[in-house]
Amino acid sequence: MFLGVDIGSSSSKAALIDKNGGLIGSQVINQGTGTDAARDIAAILLAAAGVKRQEILYSVVTGYGRMIYRDADAQVTEISCHGLGVARTLPAVRTIIDIGGQDAKVIRLDGEGRVVNFGMNEKCAAGTGRFLEVMARVLGREITALSALAAQSTRPVQISSVCTVFAESEVISQLAAGAAPADVARGAHLSVAARVAGMCGRTGVAPQVAMTGGVALNRDLVDAMAIELGVGIQVPPAPQIMGALGAAYYAQAKYARRPA
Amino acid sequence: MEEKTIAGAGKPAEDNAEDNITSKKLLNQLMKEHYSQARTAKAQGRTVVWATSIIPQEILEAMDLTVVYPENHAAAVGARKDAPGFIRRAEQSGYSTDICSYARVNLAYAELPHSEAENIPAPDLIFCGSNICCTVIKWYENLARKFRIPMILMDAPCSTAYYVEQENVTYIRRQIEDAIRQLETVTGRKMDRERLLEVMRISNENAMWWKKATDLLAHRPAPACGFDMFNYMAPIVCLRGKKEGTRLFRLWYDELLAKIGRGEGPWQDQPERYRVLWDGIACWPYLSDTYKILKRCGINVVTSTYPESWTLLYEPGDLDGMARAYGSLYVLRSLNYAVDRLSNLASDFAVDGAIFHSNRSCKGMDFKQYEIARRLRDKYSIPSVFFDGDQTDPNAFSLAQYETRVQALLETMENRREQSRKQSREQSRKGAGTK
Repeated sequence: MFLGVDIGSSSSKAALIDKNGGLIGSQVINQGTGTDAARDIAAILLAAAGVKRQEILYSVVTGYGRMIYRDADAQVTEISCHGLGVARTLPAVRTIIDIGGQDAKVIRLDGEGRVVNFGMNEKCAAGTGRFLEVMARVLGREITALSALAAQSTRPVQISSVCTVFAESEVISQLAAGAAPADVARGAHLSVAARVAGMCGRTGVAPQVAMTGGVALNRDLVDAMAIELGVGIQVPPAPQIMGALGAAYYAQAKYARRPA
Repeated sequence: MEEKTIAGAGKPAEDNAEDNITSKKLLNQLMKEHYSQARTAKAQGRTVVWATSIIPQEILEAMDLTVVYPENHAAAVGARKDAPGFIRRAEQSGYSTDICSYARVNLAYAELPHSEAENIPAPDLIFCGSNICCTVIKWYENLARKFRIPMILMDAPCSTAYYVEQENVTYIRRQIEDAIRQLETVTGRKMDRERLLEVMRISNENAMWWKKATDLLAHRPAPACGFDMFNYMAPIVCLRGKKEGTRLFRLWYDELLAKIGRGEGPWQDQPERYRVLWDGIACWPYLSDTYKILKRCGINVVTSTYPESWTLLYEPGDLDGMARAYGSLYVLRSLNYAVDRLSNLASDFAVDGAIFHSNRSCKGMDFKQYEIARRLRDKYSIPSVFFDGDQTDPNAFSLAQYETRVQALLETMENRREQSRKQSREQSRKGAGTK
């Protein structure tokens, strides 16, 4: 069996595959690097799947926290891992939009599922999951409730600040001026979609397009993104584990290529 | 006689230890002398000029003026992690955080003239060239106003055409001629034309050795890493018109050539696995971190658009040619030229990829980067990566983000290499099958 671990900035994920690449199980905990979850995620998954550590032939860690994770045999960047995870799950996909806790990436794949080009957000958190977390907090909602809330919007507000900190104060004043929470939520989604579409413009978008990462669970944002780009967007089952799954596939490949 | 003017001035020429000096040691020694001699000159009442980094320093040198370069000084302050205090001070004085950090460091240094890193004496004259950027005009005007000293400006237009137009060259040449007249007025001395010709010869010789040395990195494996090139930039900025510079760059060239002869690459402890082009100024506050991450990946920076800006070559004595050289810098050129320049470098130095430093300070170098990267990828299949940073302000850089981007570039280059190996294996198999 092969294990992939993805330690992000706001969540930890793990995926376990068998020798044929079939998914045995996966785990997501909404706590990221530096937390107990990051340290324990692999053990939790193995316990849930009833698998012993010694049954793992090889493991790969990815994500923002990969440098400080000690229990894996190798590390691979989240760009390559998301690429491979999606390529095996949705083989026709050529463009991946991955919005994580603190970064947003656009990954272009070739017909073999190899990364040919990628772009990432600038240093600031605009257009990332962190932006949505801040918006959810201002609206007094759970981040998981944003999609349903935004779906009720009739007149989305325009959020002009790209900076997360400024956008927060802008939204607070819009709410104070009487804007409906649903319109603010939709406005936040449109803002992220516009920001990420700018990155897509730099890397280019080739169909088919898929979205991964926790933010892909937000249906309203995926729709906003699709409208902004003018293409349909697929969301793989369990979009959050695509990085961990890709890491597990890398573990399998690295094990096969290991020196005798 | 020559030995008296070069490094270790004042030491007897028979000092054999001098002959065995490495270029790295000589570099440090010369830069130390450059700064200490400037401070001594000031103490002796001689005229000190603050000048932009790619200025026709030939005319200053020929007038026997002491020149220091605020950008080089700011880079030294940044590399030695002493910039944040100056940056804070500049921002407190009302300079926006969006202004070039070299400007912020230097404008604050003018107020608080002491750094633990290095010190330059206050100026008596400003010589500013807009051929490197437009920010310098207002930056140096403010310095001239603060110190109540004269400023000479050499304006240089951007070229929208592929080649630099003759009217631009004439415009710059006339300004150089006017600058000579202004210098004569300020100093009360006439320009010695023979001396000017001599300095032009030295400057060209230095630029030639600089080019010859940096061109050796085209060898595979490269005999040095591009970060060495960044280190040798201080003397190409500060000593371009001095004979000491010739000795240094020749020595560096000889060392690199000897390394090639011995089959040595950039590192003793590991091979050069991948070769990349670096676009933009170094991220000085994180020079060591940015270097170590590349080295850990076996990635060597073998060429860059930035250091080659000092390869200023023209026929000594030809003011028109000199004006053309100063008006033809990479930052002044059109997008089409920039793409061709980068693709030529990529091909000459056989790079596997490119790293673009999106430098918050230097809009002039940055604004073309995304389109250049796109064309390099689409036309020449060169993968690239961007990272946010700054030449001196440490706040614009994230080490974790840099590392992820560099590793992702490495993985892309690995994939491509593996793919091309597979293709050539298949081709040779097919070739064998048809025989």
